[in-house]
Amino acid sequence: MKGNSEKPLTERMHTDGSVVDLQTYEQAGGYQAIRKVLHAGMTPMAVTEEVKAANLRGRGGAGFQTGVKWSFVPRGKDVPNPTYLVVNGDEMEPGTFKDRLLMERDPHQLIEGAMVAAFAIEADIAYIFLRGEYTLAAERLARAIAEAYEHHYLGKNIFGAGCNLELYLHLSGGRYICGDETGLLNALEGKRANPRAKPPFPVVVGLFGKPTVVNNVETICCVPHIINNGAEWFHGLSKTNDGGTKLYGVSGKVKRPGLWELPMGTTAREIIEEHAGGMRDGLKLRGLLPGGSSTPFIVEQHLDTPMDFTEMPKAGSRLGTGTMIVLDDHTCAVGMAWNMTRFFARESCGFCTPCWSGLGWAERILRSIEDGKGKPGDLDKLAFQAKMWSPGNTFCALAPGAADPLETSMKYFREDFERHIREHRCPWS
Amino acid sequence: MLTAEEIQEIKTETAHYPKREAGCIDALKIVQRHRGWVSDESVRDIAEYLGMSATDVDSIATFYNLIFRRPVGRHVVMVCDSVSCWIMGYDRVKKHLGERLGIDHGQTTSDDRFTMLPIVCLGCCDHAPAMMVDSDLHSDLNPQKIDSALEKYK
Amino acid sequence: MATVYVDNKACEMNPEENLLHGCLSHGFKLPYFCWHPALGSVGACRQCAVKQFKDDKDSQGKIVMSCMTPAAEGTRISIADPEVVAFRAGIIEGLMLNHPHDCPVCDEGGECHLQDMTVMTGHDYRRYEFEKRTFRNQDLGPLVNHEMNRCIQCYRCVRYYRDYAGGRDLNAFASRDQVFFGRSEDGVLENEFSGNLVEICPTGVFTDKTLKHHYARKWDQQFAPSVCVHCALGCNTDAGERYGSLRRIVNRYNHEINGYFLCDRGRFGYEFVNSEARLRQSVLKDRPTSAAAARQYLDQTVANGRVIGIGSPRASLESNFALRTLVGPDHFYSGIADHEAKLVGLMLEILRRGPMRTPTLRDIEESDVVLILGEDLTNVAPRMALSVRQSVRQQPMEAVKKLKVPLWLDHGVRDAMQDARGPLYIATPYRTRLDEVATATFRAAPDDLARFGFAIAHALDSSAPISHETSQDWLMAAAIARALKAAKKPLVISGTSCASEAVIQAAANVAMAANTALSFTAPECNTIGAALMGGNSLSAAFQAVKDGEADTVIILENDLYRRAPQAEVDSMLKAATHVIALDHLPNPTTEKAELLLPAGTFAESDGTFISSEGRVQRFLQVSAPQNEVMASWRWLKPDHWQSLDDVLRAMAKALPELDAACDAAPSSKFRIAGAKIPRSPLRESGRTAALVNINISEPKTPDDPDSALSFSMEGTPDQPPAALIPFFWSPNWNSIQAVNTYQKEVGGPLRGGDAGVRLFEPAPRNGQAYFSAIPRAFSPRQGAWLLVPMYHIFGSDELSLAAPGIRELATKPHVAVNSDEFAEGAEVEVNCAAGTFRLPVMIHREMPVGVAALSVGLSPLVGIQWPTWGKIARAK
Ligand SMILES: Cc1cc2nc3c(=O)[nH]c(=O)nc-3n(C[C@H](O)[C@H](O)[C@H](O)COP(=O)(O)O)c2cc1C
Ligand code: SF4
Ligand code: FES
Repeated sequence: MKGNSEKPLTERMHTDGSVVDLQTYEQAGGYQAIRKVLHAGMTPMAVTEEVKAANLRGRGGAGFQTGVKWSFVPRGKDVPNPTYLVVNGDEMEPGTFKDRLLMERDPHQLIEGAMVAAFAIEADIAYIFLRGEYTLAAERLARAIAEAYEHHYLGKNIFGAGCNLELYLHLSGGRYICGDETGLLNALEGKRANPRAKPPFPVVVGLFGKPTVVNNVETICCVPHIINNGAEWFHGLSKTNDGGTKLYGVSGKVKRPGLWELPMGTTAREIIEEHAGGMRDGLKLRGLLPGGSSTPFIVEQHLDTPMDFTEMPKAGSRLGTGTMIVLDDHTCAVGMAWNMTRFFARESCGFCTPCWSGLGWAERILRSIEDGKGKPGDLDKLAFQAKMWSPGNTFCALAPGAADPLETSMKYFREDFERHIREHRCPWS
Repeated sequence: MLTAEEIQEIKTETAHYPKREAGCIDALKIVQRHRGWVSDESVRDIAEYLGMSATDVDSIATFYNLIFRRPVGRHVVMVCDSVSCWIMGYDRVKKHLGERLGIDHGQTTSDDRFTMLPIVCLGCCDHAPAMMVDSDLHSDLNPQKIDSALEKYK
Repeated sequence: MATVYVDNKACEMNPEENLLHGCLSHGFKLPYFCWHPALGSVGACRQCAVKQFKDDKDSQGKIVMSCMTPAAEGTRISIADPEVVAFRAGIIEGLMLNHPHDCPVCDEGGECHLQDMTVMTGHDYRRYEFEKRTFRNQDLGPLVNHEMNRCIQCYRCVRYYRDYAGGRDLNAFASRDQVFFGRSEDGVLENEFSGNLVEICPTGVFTDKTLKHHYARKWDQQFAPSVCVHCALGCNTDAGERYGSLRRIVNRYNHEINGYFLCDRGRFGYEFVNSEARLRQSVLKDRPTSAAAARQYLDQTVANGRVIGIGSPRASLESNFALRTLVGPDHFYSGIADHEAKLVGLMLEILRRGPMRTPTLRDIEESDVVLILGEDLTNVAPRMALSVRQSVRQQPMEAVKKLKVPLWLDHGVRDAMQDARGPLYIATPYRTRLDEVATATFRAAPDDLARFGFAIAHALDSSAPISHETSQDWLMAAAIARALKAAKKPLVISGTSCASEAVIQAAANVAMAANTALSFTAPECNTIGAALMGGNSLSAAFQAVKDGEADTVIILENDLYRRAPQAEVDSMLKAATHVIALDHLPNPTTEKAELLLPAGTFAESDGTFISSEGRVQRFLQVSAPQNEVMASWRWLKPDHWQSLDDVLRAMAKALPELDAACDAAPSSKFRIAGAKIPRSPLRESGRTAALVNINISEPKTPDDPDSALSFSMEGTPDQPPAALIPFFWSPNWNSIQAVNTYQKEVGGPLRGGDAGVRLFEPAPRNGQAYFSAIPRAFSPRQGAWLLVPMYHIFGSDELSLAAPGIRELATKPHVAVNSDEFAEGAEVEVNCAAGTFRLPVMIHREMPVGVAALSVGLSPLVGIQWPTWGKIARAK
């Protein structure tokens, strides 16, 4: 694949929405990275080092350095085997729609990425964990995997290099918590998807008790390009220190909601104004969640912050999945906070108290405020609950993810909340 | 009793895992695909086939959103009620569907044609509001689009 | 030890443990729910939060769960930090959102961990104003009650039931704040240890359904330390009573034996004590009579007759000894069935001479390779089965340690272990519940089981004898031998269940050859004690009457029809001029008695049992004496024995091997700071409340000459010695979890040591020879079946069968065979020396051909001398 591309992840995609098949993918330079790895005698450590040097940070939301994660995998003779690679295609975070595109349009890119990643961590079994509602992605991935098997790109002795890789597609039973990497492991083991305690980390005790790396779809899709073009090139794609491009999306009442592959570190203002066409006529932007509904709100003053893993925290938020949800001035901020809290309450796995209990309570308070039945003191209760969900207070990151948008909406739109309570109604309805 | 076809499909899936029980979720989905929903009897069938207890299978079945432990109509309409769709007019979609079908979430039309359920973000936020009917995604919904979409499902 | 700073106080903690464990062991009031010493940590409830600081300069700190954080050297934490105090208050508030606040009508009220923790965190004002979620409860059978609305989603029940006890019919359903803990449908909980849910559940979701039928609050009950009478393991219990009726059995922690858990027979079998049919008055020639008259008649008859006494393996040492004293040692006959007496005698011989150690249940739990020869533990020695279930985790846990996963991190350990299990080999004639965790099973007739054992011993030590006939089981025997040899803590379990001396001898050979611990099961709560007491054989007693050597028989707590064929018992009882029986409940033997004396059960008497481990243990009377029911030894004792202490002294003198009985518990003279130990918990409202429905003024409390316990709430507030702990209760800890405060270190031995005195300690190996009588291989006989006993946890035990809950669950008597001749469930007639029995047949494909197993102890399958041959034919 050409090293001068600015949009390595999406450039091959057909504009009519159809899928890139194996042949097309290869013609566009596909399956060169895995060939390079296997035939040029790269070692797993060398691949890992290259990815580390590229400073590829996990696109699942947490932004952990992918190469570093891979380097934690125990290697050598005495380690338990097999080692597993799991591709996280659960994408259930409201407002997030990036991985779907990658899987529906260019599934071989993901498959090749998984092959390289599996090589790097010395895994010979990989799973793609796909959310059950992604039926088109499921169909196309299944087809692509079958194609790859037909060409002996998967299975035993791939590319004649003595390496094996079995790649399976698993369709989820549907639960947001399956997206959490440890919940995902339990789901893959056919269990209830309650998250697991860390430590032990999945790289040591993972799927079926064996060392396992879990990576996001977009993360994995970056890997072949890093191998083909090198770490330096990958850095060059970015506007900031976090390497590569990023799939940025916008939903909400903008003129052209959508998804774009742009240099990492593009600002929200540029994305909204240039790519999404700005707000719909007559509407003003009040704030936005930069990367899905578990990231904190940012407002006008933060719009020029580069959207990456390093800079967003300075604006009090996080990059998350990079798919932003825009709140306009004709939409009720309280209603939005309620909607998101209800989502988290419904999707709580039911394991730890602050989450299963507190989220339900908070959702009911928010609904009553939105319904005009709020009481003075309700906001204190909400603030208290949100604090109960701080990282470390709960078992996993689901509840902290619920706290962020709630706390920031109460911070930036406090007057909206108070008006609801004062006026006993939703001023926007 | 599982049908030969169901067993064959479950076998294919369980072959992907080092142990049989790991195929439990797959088995539930397969049986649901054939039977529309997962009855108590289906739970027992799966349990027996996988060497699990009915209680353990049911514990898993009731955890997941896409496993229906109650009968549904011939078609399931799953309406996204997450944040982007909510902003873009979920309420109108829901109201229209409710009036059209005469049912609320969790209910089935009297002719058994449709069951309506809420669903988490369908990853279609740039074309919100959205819904899924069976395995088809319908986006950029408005009343006309909803009506014509429903026509397809008899 | 690691130094951990708790609110700046330096505390020595076990670095192998977590901070919650360490804090509780130091007596800090740190609330918790999902953690349990036997179950480890999972971090679900978040109640045990503390502040952790990086170093002494860090004033910010961060909230961590104490149960999920190791007690590492130098750790600095705060329990009192205002932020974490507020967090813990928030947690309990969250847990209580949906709770129905129905403490006044809840059986757990007053002994509820949730109540305790609510008070401990200071939660007393309810801010939640929305609807509560509600559930439909399930009927879980006669033993355990279900009230899901009280659930706080701590997940303890399923972790105990599934992960610890291996149950498969209880689980968590749904998610979020709607998690339901129950079965997929209503029905009896299948696991034999379901009753522990009652104590594991920190609130009132799972409660004791038998208690519900005659409910009394913990503070309104009177308790006494007891020892389970339903098998030979000697699990420690506390019995609770009110107004003279026994209300329940709770677990009495003994680190060496039952730990935190009992089996359902042990917990719920007690109801026989309250049976309508109980003998509560003396009966002479079918007429009720006074105690004085009865005693007079007894004395007369003894003085004038040629008297023999038949003891009992379910009566205390004291009662057996009193009878032995009354009739004289030469006229004292053991009440054990002949075939059983032989087996028990053999086991005692092996245990006495050593060198094998008889393990405690804790040792069994910690064993890393286990061979079971001939025992269906779940049905014979249930609590031991639960220990064996834990033992299979030992080897995998070693592997987990290498991954640096701390062993208390329960889910982490289980995720790392997956389904890995350490070696457990089970060789029995028929399938057993433990097979599901076994490495391999071996099904054979008793003689072949013995041969298998001999082969294993030989594989371990070529000087151990082996039969020259070759066997195809050699490979498996060799594998077992290898596993035993490689083990750090190997164990062999055998016992009387196969009715085969050869099996016992083979087990002894294996244990000797591999230098393992050796555990024998025994049939009844005092079988070992009765055997140690000695006495002539039961058939000799029958002979003595038949020969006219004796004309008067005194039968102690023993239904002879369970010990010998009906015809023999009939003719003996007929031949005797006077039959005097002492017992709790009417039975075919008591029906034939001329004089019948109402004997106290464990709840109404004091005494001593010796468990199959060889542990001598005391049980104490819980009810104050009422009507004429009293300990058998009191009925039979000579006048100059005033109290239990006198009996014990006399017994130690006559039978020095039993002098340990004197030390099984402190004597009746024992006092703490001059005070007795109260059987009743201290009540804030004052003691007059206890009988206020009868009389406002407080009646004088009865004296107890036999023990250091008082029949009142008066006495020492201090912790008694383990053998005398009537209940676990301490300030702030009203639930059973108060046991934490009685232990040296949480989950460890009780302060002052655990109850009981062990009789058999391993002797050095010096020249003990191997057994060498190897039986011939079993060969099926044409037209005849080898009959062997099959035990049932619910049904085979005589006393618990009189408890309504257990009776409801009891197995229907049947015969199990591997045969194409019969259809499953068909009626057959089994014909053997003990009689002809009409029974349904069950087809057990795993059984050896030519062997039939009969439900033992269930009428009409009593009195059979095992093993025996018989015919089976389709019933006409
Ligand atoms: C509640 C929850 C949901 C998550 N959902 C997803 C998801 O849908 N997709 C995903 O890639 N990561 C998700 N994550 C993050 C994963 O746990 C994990 O960090 C990620 O898959 C690692 O991949 P990466 O390093 O390539 O980003 C979720 C985390 C939490 C706590
Ligand atoms: S979860 Fe923790 S947090 Fe709770 S007790 Fe359990 S132990 Fe603690
Ligand atoms: S919020 Fe509905 S598709 Fe995303």
